[in-house]
Amino acid sequence: MQKIQNNRAWWLVLPVFLLVAFSALIPLMTVVNYSVQDIFGPGQAFYVGTEWFKEVLGDERLQDSLTRQFMFSGAVLLIQIPLGISVALMMPKSGIKGSVCLILIAIPLLIPWNVVGTIWQVFARGDIGLFGWGLNELGFDYNYTGNTVDAWLTVLLMDVWHWTPLVALLCYSGLRAIPEAFYQAAEIDRASKWAVFRYIQLPRLKSVLIIAVLLRFMDSFMIYTEPFVLTGGGPGSSTTFLSQTLTTMAIGQFDLGRAAAFSLIYFLIVLVISWLFFTAITQADKEQ
Amino acid sequence: MKQSRSKNVAITLFIALLLTPVYWLLNMSFKTNQEILGGLTLFPNTFTLDNYAVIFSDPSWYNGYLNSMTYVAMNVVITLLVALPAAYAFSRYRFLGDKHLFFWLLSNRMAPPAVFLLPFFQLYSSIGLFDTHIAVALAHCLFTVPLAVWILEGFMKGVPREYDEMAFIDGYSFPKFFIKVFLPMIRSGIGVTAFFTFMFSWVELLLARTLTSVDAQPIGAIMTRTIGASGIDWGVLSAAGALTIIPGILVIWFVRNHVAKGFALGRV
Repeated sequence: MQKIQNNRAWWLVLPVFLLVAFSALIPLMTVVNYSVQDIFGPGQAFYVGTEWFKEVLGDERLQDSLTRQFMFSGAVLLIQIPLGISVALMMPKSGIKGSVCLILIAIPLLIPWNVVGTIWQVFARGDIGLFGWGLNELGFDYNYTGNTVDAWLTVLLMDVWHWTPLVALLCYSGLRAIPEAFYQAAEIDRASKWAVFRYIQLPRLKSVLIIAVLLRFMDSFMIYTEPFVLTGGGPGSSTTFLSQTLTTMAIGQFDLGRAAAFSLIYFLIVLVISWLFFTAITQADKEQ
Repeated sequence: MKQSRSKNVAITLFIALLLTPVYWLLNMSFKTNQEILGGLTLFPNTFTLDNYAVIFSDPSWYNGYLNSMTYVAMNVVITLLVALPAAYAFSRYRFLGDKHLFFWLLSNRMAPPAVFLLPFFQLYSSIGLFDTHIAVALAHCLFTVPLAVWILEGFMKGVPREYDEMAFIDGYSFPKFFIKVFLPMIRSGIGVTAFFTFMFSWVELLLARTLTSVDAQPIGAIMTRTIGASGIDWGVLSAAGALTIIPGILVIWFVRNHVAKGFALGRV
């Protein structure tokens, strides 16, 4: 649609601008302010420049949790995107069955995140949880509170359970937007199932898949509540992800300067990766 | 035909697996603590509603639900009020800095809430809003408003501008046109946006918990009370968890026919 140049449209955007500026710019400035100072108490702050940033970047605990975070987000994307696509392909196309499927699949998305943690905390326990008990009965030595690998797999499984529905629903809406004529043409050409998927469905899913990958990357990179409730970051610090390290630092130890510097680096990482991904996609698009 | 049957089996299996943890939660919420800890039973032997009774009879419990619903409702109203005109501007006009503004809005969706915990706490304390519903509602606007603008803009682009021009020729003023003509045309879009706003505000706890202490405490924070000196009260914990799922299901039921469209969000 041809848009009209009109600067008075700013009046319509102004409320959003003020509201988001109030809840984003002021806090962000506070963070910047903290990150360059050392604060001992009210009125006792000293300018320390980039000191905190240097310290944070060299901190081993943070590097460890950053590595864990990347591994986790990578695993999340590798599992959830293909799984989400296949679920979307299997969902009934319309009618009451389609609606029911949609609602049932959306249920994990509607549960508060701490309850998600609670559900899995109970579900995976060896004594009172169906999942943990079942695994133990089958002869697996499974214990998510004691074993690092088990804890990792449980957090990952929980996230797959929690967020694959989002990918599936995004892809489902993308699939519904493909005109029936495309399928009819494919049928006349006697295209195989795979060819239909590869040359009709997948290209048409591209825009929703970009959104899915971006949302899943951003949200898995910020994950806090679910693993905090499920494992508390343990055993040891094996499931302590970035947000939790930061929260412990800021609220638990009240280490303001360091936490602020960390926050800014954290925010930048998310922004830069999202931007890189977005540019890579649009570049590849142009070359085609 | 055979293909579609195996598809049906696979999707049924997936949904069954998806609902198993929820089933387990419901199962436990109808059991007594003795039965929960006594051994594994697939269905409650002694079916009890006591766990739910605890929640519905104790104000400090059910107030948690009321608090959560209050700030979520406030958030949905605020978000829609500011996002509707903004989305209209983005979908109809080019103006100074429009693209930058749009991306700046979306970038707030990328900010980890943990980053804003402390500044939010101080900001709302200093203006005397700490432990109020409106504080949580405003804080949640940080990620609901960008999303709402994004979704609404996608829906509004689908309405040809001829409608706007026709209405103006007929002598409608802008506010009158917007409320009487335009909003009814994007009803389903508003429903879907409200659903997403509701969803993201309802499930968030980190900010909600940090900004409240007693009067506006969300249910998620109250649930931790079940962990007492004598261990965890599993039955009540499960019942409280099960109750948090209901509002979401009610809301998605109303928008079920449009939600697939809304998930496509705006076009990238």
